[in-house]
Amino acid sequence: MSPQTLITDARNTWCPGCGNFTIQFALRNAIQKLVDEGVPLENIVLVTGIGCHAKMADYLNINSFYSIHGRTIPVATGIKLANPDLTVLCCAGDGDAYAEGLDHLIFAAKRNSDITVIIHNNRVYGLTTGQYTPTSPLGFRGRSTPGGTVEAPFNPLSLMLTSGAGFIARGTTRRMKELGPLISQGLMHRGFAFIDVLQICASYFNVSELYDRQGYTLSGHDPADFEAACRKAEEWDYNTDSPIAFGLFYREEKPVFEEQFAHRRVSVAGREEQIAKILDAKR
Amino acid sequence: MADLSVLTGGRAGDGINSAGLLVSHLFNRMGYSTYMYFDYPSLIKGGHNFTITRAADTPIGACRERVDVVLALNQDTIDLHRDLMHDRTVVIFNSGKAAGDGQGVPVQDILKEEQAPAVMGNSCMIGALAGATGIPFTVVEEVFRKQIPRGLGKNLAVARKGFASVKQVHRVEPRGQEPFPLLSGNEAIGLGLLHGGLDAYVAYPMTPTSNLLHFLAGVAEDYPLTVVHPENEISVILMAHGLAYAGKRTAVGTSGGGFCLMTESFSMAGTNEVPVVVVMGQRTGPSTGLPTYTGQSDLHFMLHAGQGEFPRLVVAPGDITQACTWSARALSLAWSCQVPAIILVDKTLCEGITPLLEGAFPHLPEGECPAAPPGGPYRRYAITDSGISPMLHPPVPGSAVKVNSYIHDEAGITTERGDVTVLLTGKRLRKGETLRRETGVMDPVVSFGRDGAATTLLCWGSTLPVCREVAGRLGIRGVQPVVLSPFPYEQLKAALSGTERVIAVEENALGQLRMLCARHDIAVDAAVLKFDGRPFAVEELERRLAEVA
Repeated sequence: MSPQTLITDARNTWCPGCGNFTIQFALRNAIQKLVDEGVPLENIVLVTGIGCHAKMADYLNINSFYSIHGRTIPVATGIKLANPDLTVLCCAGDGDAYAEGLDHLIFAAKRNSDITVIIHNNRVYGLTTGQYTPTSPLGFRGRSTPGGTVEAPFNPLSLMLTSGAGFIARGTTRRMKELGPLISQGLMHRGFAFIDVLQICASYFNVSELYDRQGYTLSGHDPADFEAACRKAEEWDYNTDSPIAFGLFYREEKPVFEEQFAHRRVSVAGREEQIAKILDAKR
Repeated sequence: MADLSVLTGGRAGDGINSAGLLVSHLFNRMGYSTYMYFDYPSLIKGGHNFTITRAADTPIGACRERVDVVLALNQDTIDLHRDLMHDRTVVIFNSGKAAGDGQGVPVQDILKEEQAPAVMGNSCMIGALAGATGIPFTVVEEVFRKQIPRGLGKNLAVARKGFASVKQVHRVEPRGQEPFPLLSGNEAIGLGLLHGGLDAYVAYPMTPTSNLLHFLAGVAEDYPLTVVHPENEISVILMAHGLAYAGKRTAVGTSGGGFCLMTESFSMAGTNEVPVVVVMGQRTGPSTGLPTYTGQSDLHFMLHAGQGEFPRLVVAPGDITQACTWSARALSLAWSCQVPAIILVDKTLCEGITPLLEGAFPHLPEGECPAAPPGGPYRRYAITDSGISPMLHPPVPGSAVKVNSYIHDEAGITTERGDVTVLLTGKRLRKGETLRRETGVMDPVVSFGRDGAATTLLCWGSTLPVCREVAGRLGIRGVQPVVLSPFPYEQLKAALSGTERVIAVEENALGQLRMLCARHDIAVDAAVLKFDGRPFAVEELERRLAEVA
């Protein structure tokens, strides 16, 4: 069998200048790094939702589960439960993870499912042509809100901090060199890893200038300090024009959800013996 | 004695279900067939609960309209069930909590004498029941030893005093039949799934399948079964997708409202071909409906749930033995044919308790998934004559396993091409035909009653036992399609041939099986429908049939 290349021959249909190219590049490098460090490529599984981001499943030549809108995380948890030897990651959009499937994000953080979730947060619905999302700024004029939104965005980092996530990071497609290592750290983290990636949408919400002007790389921040992480997360509210930090906000090792379950296999005889035991108790 | 019914009633929270089960075990030990019905409102403590245990010397699975013995743990049990009593019904009551005609048992005094906790009052009443019905105390001892080993000495002491406190009014003769395992439908489904190779069960609690979750969670305490209770039913079925994609045989359980949340991912299973098995326990709808009462109004929902066209297996077992058999088969077929499967049951079947008969565990063929052709890259959706593609699970060295909810090519890559869409649709339809062939040789339609009779009862699901009994009493025939999708048209047509009059018996308001038959040009002459949340009693069905005769 010929060695697998990491990119399929599916035709790429992202818009020119799309931030997804950057994430794809960073993710491919992070996967290559995992493989170089000895993780078999066939042990890596990608789960995607629905939206521009999700085409990653078609473009990366690795195991993939192209799911439905908002529904990456429970699938990923199921895969990890089935086989803890697999490295499972989700690519999800902000519409996916913060609107349609927000419950799953919170619960994956709560239960510390050993998966890595990368949010392609372009703060707009791209594939459905330009409506606001939970992280669009107040007053965002989209096709469903021509007069501007009347609800302020929420802050996903603060939400993850209060939900118990053990790895919380923010990156941006404007800083590709930093994004790859951030994803690598997330993949190596034992437990739930959350990476919000501020991504520009070239067609509907191109705020490159904002991210370049206000963005800075975290330094001198102790990711073990929960309160410092909370303060850092609140520095920018996804709405107003304040400094935007990129890097690892918080990190904590906790018991991993999937490790709490038995994973030995049972023989057919063992199974029938168990059934007979139960039946006898019911006589 | 050939047929005796015992109603056990008390406040919710007083352990009525457990007491009723012990009553069933007494008769089971005496060699009788038993059926237990459990009636409870949707609250935790204080409302009225009752069970009816019916014991007979022939297999049964339904209640009579009247009971012969009332075991009253409180006054409500006497006051609320007058309509279930006949002239010779014997009432045995806790004289500390109720008053009336019958035999009072001084439960409080006995507990005090034995310094036993209040919770043992039920044991005292069960002792009294044995005394009144002529069941030897040794049988009470055997049942308690097996079923409630904790606090055995005290439980037996209070039972013995209860036994001695009443006079014998019935004589239950031992039948010399070995006791059967007594199981709820939920437990039978769980054992069937285990037999079918279940690796994981995922569910969010919902009546009437919550007890399947509890049962399997208990099994998982000392057996390597993964049981998960996630945040909602959407997560439930998606976790099942993930588990099955990675090679674990997985089932989920819910009721109608939960299944509404699952339908989007059920449809996904139609196209990504990940085998997902749903245990769907019906209750009275629409919406929240009567949460703890029964119904059969979700048949068409199950046949059509999910956008798009895709084959599915829908089986509706009629009793716990069929439930065990067809749960095993449903899991096996979902994997061999790579289709989503529904085990359609209801509150009556899920929570009714009956003996599990011999032969409940079917022989299952080893997985005959076609092998991936060597050499080339693995294609999850390779086109085949049967419609069934080689199914591998990651990790597969050198290959990517790609599944997809979009229309996809053979490798699992998204496409919007019309010709590939047609090709994929054809593949799905051929899987449906393969499933039809596979279920066709598993007796998808069951016949009972008198061969050649002019009248045939047509039923599905949990009305099977009552129809079987009534068909026997009236000397008519009965037919039950167990498989409802793919619809076993040929087998049903054959089973109904020669009959003059077909009467559908269903617990819904529209006659959903009758509608399904009409679509397949199978004539149903009349329908007896019931939709008050309670299952048919034997005499009630006879009376209703007389009205349409």
